[in-house]
Amino acid sequence: MTSATRNRLFALGALAIAGAGLAFVAFGNIGKNLVFYWTPGEMLAQGSKAYGPTIRLGGIVQPGSLRWDANHTHLTFRVADSDKPSAASVLVDSRETPPQMFRERIGVVVEGTFDKSQTFTSSRLMVNHSNEYRPPKPGEQDRWKTTVSAPTAEAR
Amino acid sequence: MSSTVGTVLVLGGLLAAAFGAVVGIEGGLRHRAGALKVVLATVTAFLVCMVGANLTMVYALVTHDFSVHYVSQVGSRATPLVYTVVSLWSALEGSILFWGAILAVYVFAFARAHRNDPPTNPLLALGTMLAVGVFFSFLIAGPANPFGRVTPVPPDGPGPNPLLQNHVLMVVHPPMLYLGYVGMVVPFGIAVAALLRGQLGDAWMSVLRRWTLIPWTFLSVGIVLGSWWAYAVLGWGGYWAWDPVENASFLPWLTSTAFLHSAMVQERRHTLKLWTVSLSLGSFLLTILGTFMTRSGVFNSVHSFTQSEIGPTFLVFLGAVLVVSIVLIAVRGPLLVPEGALGGVASRESAILLNNLLFAALTFTVLLGTVFPLVREAFSGVRISVGAPYFNRMAVPLGVAILFLMGVGPSLPWGTASKDAVRRQFLVPAAVGVAVVLASVLAGLRGGLTLLTFGLAGFAATVTLREMVLPVRVRMREQGEALPLAVWRTATRARRRFGGYVVHLAVVLVFVAIAASQSYVVHTTATLTTGQSFRLGPYAVQLAGLRNGVDPHRRWTAAEVDVTDGQGRHHLLAPRMNFYERSTDPIGSPAIRSAAFEDFYLTLLAFDAATPSASFNAWIFPMVSWIWWSLPLFVLGALFAAWPERRRARAGAAEPLSVPTKARSPGAAA
Repeated sequence: MTSATRNRLFALGALAIAGAGLAFVAFGNIGKNLVFYWTPGEMLAQGSKAYGPTIRLGGIVQPGSLRWDANHTHLTFRVADSDKPSAASVLVDSRETPPQMFRERIGVVVEGTFDKSQTFTSSRLMVNHSNEYRPPKPGEQDRWKTTVSAPTAEAR
Repeated sequence: MSSTVGTVLVLGGLLAAAFGAVVGIEGGLRHRAGALKVVLATVTAFLVCMVGANLTMVYALVTHDFSVHYVSQVGSRATPLVYTVVSLWSALEGSILFWGAILAVYVFAFARAHRNDPPTNPLLALGTMLAVGVFFSFLIAGPANPFGRVTPVPPDGPGPNPLLQNHVLMVVHPPMLYLGYVGMVVPFGIAVAALLRGQLGDAWMSVLRRWTLIPWTFLSVGIVLGSWWAYAVLGWGGYWAWDPVENASFLPWLTSTAFLHSAMVQERRHTLKLWTVSLSLGSFLLTILGTFMTRSGVFNSVHSFTQSEIGPTFLVFLGAVLVVSIVLIAVRGPLLVPEGALGGVASRESAILLNNLLFAALTFTVLLGTVFPLVREAFSGVRISVGAPYFNRMAVPLGVAILFLMGVGPSLPWGTASKDAVRRQFLVPAAVGVAVVLASVLAGLRGGLTLLTFGLAGFAATVTLREMVLPVRVRMREQGEALPLAVWRTATRARRRFGGYVVHLAVVLVFVAIAASQSYVVHTTATLTTGQSFRLGPYAVQLAGLRNGVDPHRRWTAAEVDVTDGQGRHHLLAPRMNFYERSTDPIGSPAIRSAAFEDFYLTLLAFDAATPSASFNAWIFPMVSWIWWSLPLFVLGALFAAWPERRRARAGAAEPLSVPTKARSPGAAA
């Protein structure tokens, strides 16, 4: 074996080890940083597996479940699979100011973690507007107009 | 009318590209010199058809011809003219159409620049590029046809996505990215030609390098503008989220940056040929992967306009390009024999080799995190995403190592260096790096990684500036030139080196800005009634009141806010919420008070007109605007590096490496 070949083999070996190390670290890191997209029903079906990892919980705000605490800094509500009263739902605890569109029956995505006390602690609350942009369907136009009726009336 | 004209033009482009691809590749393989004329004619026909199709679409948009499918999707009589023209690329089909035009312009420019070269290489390269053109014009003619006819003709349309008509950056940022993305077709064609011929000489290598630099520059500008747009328009309080779409633009940037460095080794030491060519193929593959990810709707983001049917077509194309690339590398790669050897461990080429490995590692980790959710969902049906902490944890150490190498590489000579010389080279820059860290600590800054980044930035900047200043001083001393003349002569005589160092300075600036804005960001939320105020850092924020307004295409409510900064100066900020007639959701516009060393960033979360009160998200981002200020440096450096070296080429005999082809390459941004 010439020294050039030996050097080349040595370099390839070192590269292979470095590559394997990188892959090992990368996959390990990915496993620890996965964000799961679940509906309340799907999340509850996971049982104790849902305790801990970051979850994006998508559903609608259950009617009649919105509660503010005395100082108006602390909001709890239930996120449900659908607006049927029987739908699976999860209690969400948020300290964030909710966005303009937030209200009962609206689609939301909350990011946070779930724990044994069956409470979902939200670190981020997003109103789920369809990413797919489309004009409103007939009758849907009222959706935002109701929330801003006061200022728009002034503007006119 | 527009429908018919557009469809005919697209089909014409498809035919021209298909014919040119076959003639080009066949003629190149058989060394038919006469074929070049035919291919050049098809390139011109392709250009006329694709640009014509785009102009037809713009005409249809401007005249509000809602019988055209695409116009009925994105057009609206209420949209201002600028955004009507811009809506050419504001949705899926139009952006692919626009893509086709840019592709045609690139192929045409390449054909013009190399029409007098020995014909074999240009034939193979043009044939390959036209083959890519076949795919895109097929896409426009079939699965993503924007010229379909709509009956009955609707009276009005919805207008473009409100997010995309909220800011003037939307006019600039997508074309820049497209110019970067599509431009990678050219180096791909050049690299495939080299592999098909089984040889990569200095002349063709120089062509490959220059034609990579052009799209690389546009890609850099596009990425920075994109992060600026995210920051100034989206209002979530950041500029980079490791969103799949951002990653899609970052990946080919990484591989082409690695290419620009390994190309130097290839030119100096005549080795690493196959690796360099592979990076070119990889950059193109990653742009196609990126296009697939951004245009097929597999990811949810601002950029995925709709669920579309182009996904499978793209996957087939991606697979075909991947197979062709691998086969070419496997079968023809061994023909690209290295004619030189690498130098010692402490040498420029070793530093560049290490730089390439780090770039490859970074590409691998970002790619893995980006496609992992897709693969996992395809196999197990579980919907997941990979969180930003993964990317940060993986990319930050690699980035810091690259920053370190930016100081090491330029300090080392090619070949072998004596230990003493190396030590002398590093003494001053290392001392500057340590001084920067000490000064930062004394200024009250904390955080190990951040301080390390600042120190390494000081180190790398010192090395870069020294490498730029030394030749100037030599000129002044030995030629007796005045300072401005010496700077100009140095910069223009060694354009590539000078341009490269200017870009290095831009990158150092970006590193510092990212480290500072990520580490020392301050954030709070607050709800105020009129007259109330809150504090964030040195800023006092008082709500003055709510104001409403009407634009032709939207209504808005702004919270008028009086912000008092640390020096007691008052600034009136007005973060807004916009209500577009045709959109179901309000879209916010943040208000930013930008100063040299920090931005105060305020978004309106919610308001209640009855009270009146408003809720805010407020951030202080130190140094964030330095990221965008790096742009002029990027452009200046790239212009210097890519500018055609006419004078040198005329004196060709004295410069064995600069072959006549070099002289005919066009300038970068011309």
